[in-house]
Amino acid sequence: MEEKNLKLKLKIWRQKNSKSVGSFVDYDVQVSPDASFLEMLDELNNSLEANGEEPIHFESDCREGICGTCGLVINGHPHGPLQKIATCQLHMRNFKDGETLWVEPFRAKAFPVIKDLMVDRSGFDKILEAGGYVSVNTGGAPDANLIPIPKDIASEAFDAAACIGCGACVAACKNASAMLFTSAKVSQYALLPQGQQERYRRVQKMIAVMDELGFGSCTNTYACEAECPKGISVTNIARMNRDFASAKFKSKEEVEV
Amino acid sequence: MGWFFKFTNSSVGKKLVMAVTGSFLIIFLIVHLIGNITLFFGPDAFNGYVSALDVVKPLIRVVELVLLAAFVLHIYDGFVLWLENRRARPVNYKVNASSENSTFTSRWMFWLGSVIFIFLVLHLATFFWRFNFYDPSGLANNHLYFNIVVNFFQIWWYVALYIVAVIALGFHLHHGFQSVFQTFGWNHKKYFPLIKKIGTLYAIVMAVGFASMPIYFFFFYGGSQ
Repeated sequence: MEEKNLKLKLKIWRQKNSKSVGSFVDYDVQVSPDASFLEMLDELNNSLEANGEEPIHFESDCREGICGTCGLVINGHPHGPLQKIATCQLHMRNFKDGETLWVEPFRAKAFPVIKDLMVDRSGFDKILEAGGYVSVNTGGAPDANLIPIPKDIASEAFDAAACIGCGACVAACKNASAMLFTSAKVSQYALLPQGQQERYRRVQKMIAVMDELGFGSCTNTYACEAECPKGISVTNIARMNRDFASAKFKSKEEVEV
Repeated sequence: MGWFFKFTNSSVGKKLVMAVTGSFLIIFLIVHLIGNITLFFGPDAFNGYVSALDVVKPLIRVVELVLLAAFVLHIYDGFVLWLENRRARPVNYKVNASSENSTFTSRWMFWLGSVIFIFLVLHLATFFWRFNFYDPSGLANNHLYFNIVVNFFQIWWYVALYIVAVIALGFHLHHGFQSVFQTFGWNHKKYFPLIKKIGTLYAIVMAVGFASMPIYFFFFYGGSQ
């Protein structure tokens, strides 16, 4: 069965580099409803290049929703209007013929635009470097399940670890806060026995780096959870708040970054 | 103490200050509303209540100092957080879909708080100042506190502002109540839905409770016999 192509008006953010001022440029496209959002941009870029124009820069990698590389704000929603999917999993059949789509980059001081729809998310790497690790002994590989962990705890840690670090939480937050990302990373270790050694240093270090990078703070609007492609829960933020406060009150050392 | 100021200056630390001071103000409002309900029982009840507070004045002054600290810290940190959070996103989105992923109250806390702040200044200048320090009409000195309140509640713009502020307060509390628990880290899936409901109920009781007084005295009060 042949489906009719959709006619869409795209208003896409074009910005030459991090220093220049960007603006929206209109593009009229015809696209198959079976195409993904990124495939539509690919087609548009093909036609731009054929005309000798600069293609639209955007990021993507796995295109199956697990790498966290892609990320566009479509009509005000990071990863588009559907819930719990990344931009690459968004298909054009979810839009209506004749619709106008505004496509913007993630906007945050800590995520400067590199070009067009590409932003620099290396801030997340810096937060991870500050504490996103556990200490393990070298030597032979330990037996699986050597340390008993109750299923519900393991699942909760896994749910936190499902964060793909795409930055949609920052993009969705009215304060451009990285609390959901940071708390997911803090929680995935804090919940497990292997993460206990660094637990209270980790939370202090990661929050210190997060603050330093210019992310905002948490107003508990929970927009992050609503827009997260992996449905990371804001209970992780509560856990991080709890660990941070007890670390600051109980620890005898000053944790510096 | 250096660590403490560093801690309360971090993003999470400032939110904790907001939560600690906010929860103190939440408790204060309950006491304030219960006391003010004596207004409905006539001049003797209300004047008696205010005079009873006079008896324990030194204690009240201490509580007032704590209250002042709570207000100052809450307002100061609220303002600083608002500024920092604005700076965290220098370029705004063209299309904003925040109404689809968060509540109106959570996004407007600063502005709701600002309305309450304007009201607070007026509220202190009219009631608190006259009850405690200077009353040009001399009514307070004759223990006619009730009349001061009734007189103010005959001024239409005062009543209107009072009601607007109290509605803003209700919305502010609706988000603030559950926000306190989240910031303290007390978000448990068994209890949090109930906490949110209690917060909504609390916010409605406070807004309706405090609005009932100016409405009653402006529209329905026929004067004391």
